Amino acid sequence: MSTPSLFPYLLRLADDRLVLGHRLSEWCGHGPILEEDIALANVALDLIGEATLLLKLAGDAEGQGRNEDALAYFRDSGDYRNALLVELPKGDFGFTIVRQFLFSAFALLQMDALQRSSNAMLAGIAAKAVKEIRYHVRHSAQWVVTLGDGTEESHGRAQGALDELWRYTGELFLADAVDRDAASSGVGVDPSTLIEPWRAQVDEILTRATLTVPSVTYMQRGGRDGRHTEHLGHMLAEMQIVARSHPGASW
Amino acid sequence: MAESHETSVTNGQTPGDSQWPLWEVFLQPPKGEAHEHAGSVHAVSAEQALQNARDVYARRGEAVSIWVVPSASITASTPEDMGPFFDPGNDKPYRHPQFYKVPRGVRVF
Repeated sequence: MSTPSLFPYLLRLADDRLVLGHRLSEWCGHGPILEEDIALANVALDLIGEATLLLKLAGDAEGQGRNEDALAYFRDSGDYRNALLVELPKGDFGFTIVRQFLFSAFALLQMDALQRSSNAMLAGIAAKAVKEIRYHVRHSAQWVVTLGDGTEESHGRAQGALDELWRYTGELFLADAVDRDAASSGVGVDPSTLIEPWRAQVDEILTRATLTVPSVTYMQRGGRDGRHTEHLGHMLAEMQIVARSHPGASW
Repeated sequence: MAESHETSVTNGQTPGDSQWPLWEVFLQPPKGEAHEHAGSVHAVSAEQALQNARDVYARRGEAVSIWVVPSASITASTPEDMGPFFDPGNDKPYRHPQFYKVPRGVRVF
């Protein structure tokens, strides 16, 4: 696989995790109970850890001397390549949990396939990530069922979150030239091949949770090309301000 | 002031009403010793208690196995039991192994 395609492919993988990791970190100190506060922070740290490794690899592939910090803190929203799903504000706990489940179920299939990447570094990162994501799926799925099949209040909030989030799920499985190039060279996986197993797992959990997939047909897109919602810029401003205010500082 | 604060936090319920059930957590260390009490977590189900225990007590490789037990299911001795339950019985030396002389033939082992 040529370097020009490897860099954008790795950037998509990394940015999904960096942005969602930051969104989850916003719960730190605000979780509904101490135990869940710690659980969400753990998941956030896993995702930011995966993003760090992937950005480092992306920086090496780019060959312009940018390391993981340069890529995380000194790119503007238009240069981010995450799916729109992960940049939406954290919402209430139900919104955060439903999104986490929808993303983690996708990420598990993706990283499971990437363990067989022809890029040994990427395969190694995926092998580490799969173990973490299995737990993310278990944790978020358990909560989706608890909230969906819970009280009238929790069911309403979980269903509302699903209605809001569903139109952002299609983008996860869109494949363009970058994805197809990555897949055909053996480095990456074509995301469009993951939608069937993803849907099967999502349907199983949603059924147990007594939640209904909304009947929307239009899917939002744009994140993979740098066209983001207004929310990402605000999030990045907060995430990047320390690094940009004190360039080169270490702590 | 403290009273009005509590009211707003618990939405009019008594503080105890807003708490999820308590579970006691037991971890088995990697060397395979017996499970040991690590602490407690709040959770609404056994599976959630297991996950919370993992997140709070076992995310740095402290354990290879976790037990969670509803705290309400534990029957505990009370401080009043101190005397009759735990008196070491030092006036009954024959309860301790040191009371008995080991025969010379056994000592070689």
